[in-house]
Amino acid sequence: MDKEFNDKTPIYLQIMDLIKMDIVTGKLKLKDKLPSVREMAGNLRVNPNTLQRSYQELERLGIVYTQRGTGTFVGEGKNMVDDLKKEMAKEIIDSFILRMKSLGFTDNEIIESVSNETLEAKQNE
Amino acid sequence: MNNLLKSENICKSYLNKKALRGVNLDIMPGKILGLLGPNGSGKTTFLKIAAGILHASSGQILIDGEKPGVYTKSIVSYLPDNEYLLKWMKIKDAVRYFKDFYSDFNEKKAKELLIFMNLDENSTVKSLSKGMKEKLKLTLVLSREAKLYILDEPLGGVDPTAREKILDAIINNFSENSSMIITTHLVNDIERIFDDVAFISDGEIVLQGNAEELRIDKKKSIDELYREVFQ
Repeated sequence: MDKEFNDKTPIYLQIMDLIKMDIVTGKLKLKDKLPSVREMAGNLRVNPNTLQRSYQELERLGIVYTQRGTGTFVGEGKNMVDDLKKEMAKEIIDSFILRMKSLGFTDNEIIESVSNETLEAKQNE
Repeated sequence: MNNLLKSENICKSYLNKKALRGVNLDIMPGKILGLLGPNGSGKTTFLKIAAGILHASSGQILIDGEKPGVYTKSIVSYLPDNEYLLKWMKIKDAVRYFKDFYSDFNEKKAKELLIFMNLDENSTVKSLSKGMKEKLKLTLVLSREAKLYILDEPLGGVDPTAREKILDAIINNFSENSSMIITTHLVNDIERIFDDVAFISDGEIVLQGNAEELRIDKKKSIDELYREVFQ
């Protein structure tokens, strides 16, 4: 996993996003074991303490759980993947709307342009 | 948890030039501190005092609760930024030299690291490129089971691929039971491995803190902060 980080935002948040993304896309399945802190820190070339913090935060959010002595695993909540998907979608939409508004689009114009684009994409399929 | 290193108001003058003007720094066990500053800012002077090579003109520095001396030298592994390996030596001679000198030297770890760094123990120091020399020096320093590693410009003058190797070696060999101070002016390449950073300018710490908190507070990377502080 080679990843360029944007060092302007905290690294531990970016690592959390990476893991969330892997869960949503099915790269990591429910109950899968995550790489050890050390292994993942080595792969990503980050401080092991930073990775520890990402795992701890994910655990606090109920996305992963730690079993003493065996490692960290993806949670097994039924709605977790859907919830994560919704949460990540909301982030994308929020920033999209903000950027469209800064271009001067009104709410209706934003909706219109999205439906036009999706229609066009469908026709091109 | 106790500080592994605590410096209080460290000052150092060379004749009439003030190199350090009251440096206060703490390092907790298991943390990596980046000491960042341009050439001539006092980084190396501070490290030499911590390594027990120079004496402070005033102020106090404690490492694992002790003043620099025989004990602290036994738990501090120092990578100076100058050449100290003898040209006639083969790599294996340098390894043996370290093994004789330091009781905490782990020969097995050194052999593994030499392989990782693609260094042949039969090469002579004289035949090594600058990047290979840096890799060898780092191998020797990381092969000690020290409590505090002091790395002065470990990335200085090496090409990007060698830099990656060196970073990997630092990350893979860092243990929760030890701490590190790393100085650099190549902040961009290495900022992701720092827990804490301290910016030193003209012998004074002008900004310090947890790297992630600084990113949150200032909405900037450590590299950008560095450029701002030292513009």
